[in-house]
Amino acid sequence: MTTATRYTGTAISLHWLAALLIFATFPLGVYMHELALSPFKLKLISYHKWLGVTIFLLTVARLAWRATHTPPPLPKTIPAWQQRAADGVHLLLYALLLAIPVSGWLMSSAKGIPVVYLGLVQLPDLVDKDKALGDLLAGIHQVLNFGLLALVGMHIAAALKHHFIEHDATLRRMLPFIKGDQP
Amino acid sequence: MRIPHRYFLPLLLACAPIHSQAAEFNLVQTDKSTLAFAYKQMGVPMEGNFGKFSVRINFDPARVNAAQAQIEVDLASIDTGSNEANDEVAGKQWFNTKMFPSAQFVSTGVKALGGNRYEVLGKLTLKGKAMDVAAPFTFRQEGAAGVFDGAFILKRLDYAIGEGAWTDVSAVANEIQIKFHVVAHAAPAKK
Ligand code: HEM
Repeated sequence: MTTATRYTGTAISLHWLAALLIFATFPLGVYMHELALSPFKLKLISYHKWLGVTIFLLTVARLAWRATHTPPPLPKTIPAWQQRAADGVHLLLYALLLAIPVSGWLMSSAKGIPVVYLGLVQLPDLVDKDKALGDLLAGIHQVLNFGLLALVGMHIAAALKHHFIEHDATLRRMLPFIKGDQP
Repeated sequence: MRIPHRYFLPLLLACAPIHSQAAEFNLVQTDKSTLAFAYKQMGVPMEGNFGKFSVRINFDPARVNAAQAQIEVDLASIDTGSNEANDEVAGKQWFNTKMFPSAQFVSTGVKALGGNRYEVLGKLTLKGKAMDVAAPFTFRQEGAAGVFDGAFILKRLDYAIGEGAWTDVSAVANEIQIKFHVVAHAAPAKK
């Protein structure tokens, strides 16, 4: 039996879809935060929430994939400490991709503005309306996002380093539309 | 002995002392009364209320035709749930509270709809516009208190509440449900 050298199509699709949505949701959050109250702002906030909830669902799907599959091994050339660091970053990324949407959902409940996913499905309020708690959660949401920004930065830098400087298969394991590497 | 059905209700009423004497409810308990509203923002159900308003009511369930109601609402006392939105709705495009600090409702009549249900008709003046509104309500007695609960839908654009970009009803719905809960005691009969 040969071990897979690449992620499955499902894992690759989920990864890049999540990446795309995160790259939309994050700047949208920063941008809308600065806007004065307007119908436009209300719309952007709603879209941001829907995107965020979608990222949460994708993350759950990706964790389900991880629970049922073994990811293709990293190239043997990578030192053990770096492999452990990569695992650690991935774990933290998953944690943040769950915690950030949940903090946003909690914030919405505390601010008294329930989340209606895609304008269709109303999520239950997790906490009662409470202005101070709402402000606190907005701060938590922001801090977690700074963490996400830092980790995604490391994640991308490492992937690019392996691809362009070390010329190993690390990134190719996750790239779509390419033939499998020969061992 | 069997009592014919049609005598049940009069008999019952005669036995209950509180009903034997008509009472006019006209002492409004402001601290127990509320004026709230509900609407949809981006499809999300939202709620708010007005903290300051005064109500004058004369309501005798036995003489509904003579009933009257007047309400004056301090629009700046609105609580939409966030300071940002409270500031916004005080502004020119919304209530313009500098020019129009209050809204007034003056009844023109009350109709009995059967049971404990009634409807009050009247003129609502808001942001310089006066329009007819009709609000169904229920009335019930709780000890010495008369409790009025009613609601009606106000279309905010009829009164130019939310101008400019805010006329976009896909962001903030045109239909605003106004809900009132008024508690009034009966004054001792004067006669
Ligand atoms: C992984 C998903 C998400 C990411 C990457 C994300 C990112 C961000 C960012 C970067 C900000 C700007 C923070 C600031 O400048 O203060 C923000 C603000 C916000 N986010 Fe999210 N968010 C996500 C999910 C959610 C969810 C699921 C909700 C609600 C259900 C939500 C609700 C909000 C709200 C209401 C704000 C505005 C806070 C304010 O203006 O005070 N977010 N988000």
